[in-house]
Amino acid sequence: MKKNWWKILTVVLLFYVLVMGMVGRVPRQPILNETVRNLYFHVTMWFGMVIFLFTSLVYAIRYLRSNNITDDDKSAEFAKTGILFGLIGYVTGALWGSATWGDPLPKDPKIISAAIAMLAYFAYLVLRGAFEDEQKRARISSTYNIFAFVIFNVLIWILPRLTDSLHPGNGGNPGFKIYDSDNVMKPVFYPAIMGWTLLGVWITTLRVRIKNLDRKLSEV
Amino acid sequence: MNEVKTLIWKEITLEWRQRYALNGMLLYVVSTVFVCYLSFNLQRNLLTPIVWNTLFWIILLFTAVSAIAKSFAQERYGRLLYYYTLSSPQAIITSKIIYNCLLMMALSITGFGFYVFVMGNPVGSLPMYLTSIVLGSIGFASTLTLVAAIASKAENNGALMAILSFPLIIPMLLMVIKLAKNALDNLDMSANQDEILVLLAIDAIVIALSLVLFPYLWRS
Repeated sequence: MKKNWWKILTVVLLFYVLVMGMVGRVPRQPILNETVRNLYFHVTMWFGMVIFLFTSLVYAIRYLRSNNITDDDKSAEFAKTGILFGLIGYVTGALWGSATWGDPLPKDPKIISAAIAMLAYFAYLVLRGAFEDEQKRARISSTYNIFAFVIFNVLIWILPRLTDSLHPGNGGNPGFKIYDSDNVMKPVFYPAIMGWTLLGVWITTLRVRIKNLDRKLSEV
Repeated sequence: MNEVKTLIWKEITLEWRQRYALNGMLLYVVSTVFVCYLSFNLQRNLLTPIVWNTLFWIILLFTAVSAIAKSFAQERYGRLLYYYTLSSPQAIITSKIIYNCLLMMALSITGFGFYVFVMGNPVGSLPMYLTSIVLGSIGFASTLTLVAAIASKAENNGALMAILSFPLIIPMLLMVIKLAKNALDNLDMSANQDEILVLLAIDAIVIALSLVLFPYLWRS
């Protein structure tokens, strides 16, 4: 029980976010209208994706230093959770975009960079599938993971130089703060980031445990 | 330093001995350009400078992927072991990167000559355009060399090379197309400084990463 307090916290936080997200008070804004509630479900996915891809990078580096196969398991599973969050972020973003920008997929640097990150990490999964030997797969895919993450950061850094963004806080747009001038969204937004991230960690730990059990079973 | 020089010389000698590979790559560029020429022959006025530029860089991208993919694939297992006893991994990856840069420059400048010959020449500032080709070749070669090393570890690496490299080459490709577009419009030098610096910075990051990561790949 002592080790599981954060799972209870996840459930409580997500219930709070769901209820407040659906019926809580939100600022009235032209164009945005009720879609502003998507802040709790779309923006948090992007946060989650970046956090999980970064964790995956950290475990990839740890694997290369330690050659411990469970580090590689964690690296792969965090990357998969990151991809899942990225895809959900895409869907929620397309919903939001079609309501406010009139186009589910406009030409926007953040959308492009997320798409390229997805491509790179799908390639990572395909690369993992290409090896039979566990240690070899771990070493080579960790190398690719590190390379891909660095290039992904370079991309985020250079893309805004090429096209302007529609997202708030970019390309001369005001940040999201001005829409939430009386601070009614922050008390839900920050717990939402935490809740969704914890949920992702939970999913990942379950998958890592399944992998460990599989490995033990195949050894027996 | 001497080690690197010897290794580069070895690459060049090997390439020269099996000239069919080199000739094959040259023929690959030339026939792709010719296919584009024939395809656009139906309606020449559709070939605006933007299309001209994009088409050229896409041809170069595919040439780079297929030319560099073989830089590790052609080494047999026994020969790799032999290098392992003789030299440091850093020297090997440096020599491969430098050799691939030279190869890409030769291929892309030949390709550019033939492209201008059949498709016409809308370039405003030729020296700037050649600069962008040189920078682009260096960038492609340095990014793709490590990817080729990763792909060569898996069997069936032709398809793998393409899916692993396309997401990673995009930042480079976007910057270089922008630079080439500026050269096409004959913009002032001051407008290009930013792109050139960014390209050099990406090259530096990618080369540093290759030096750090290659020793891990090498061992498997």
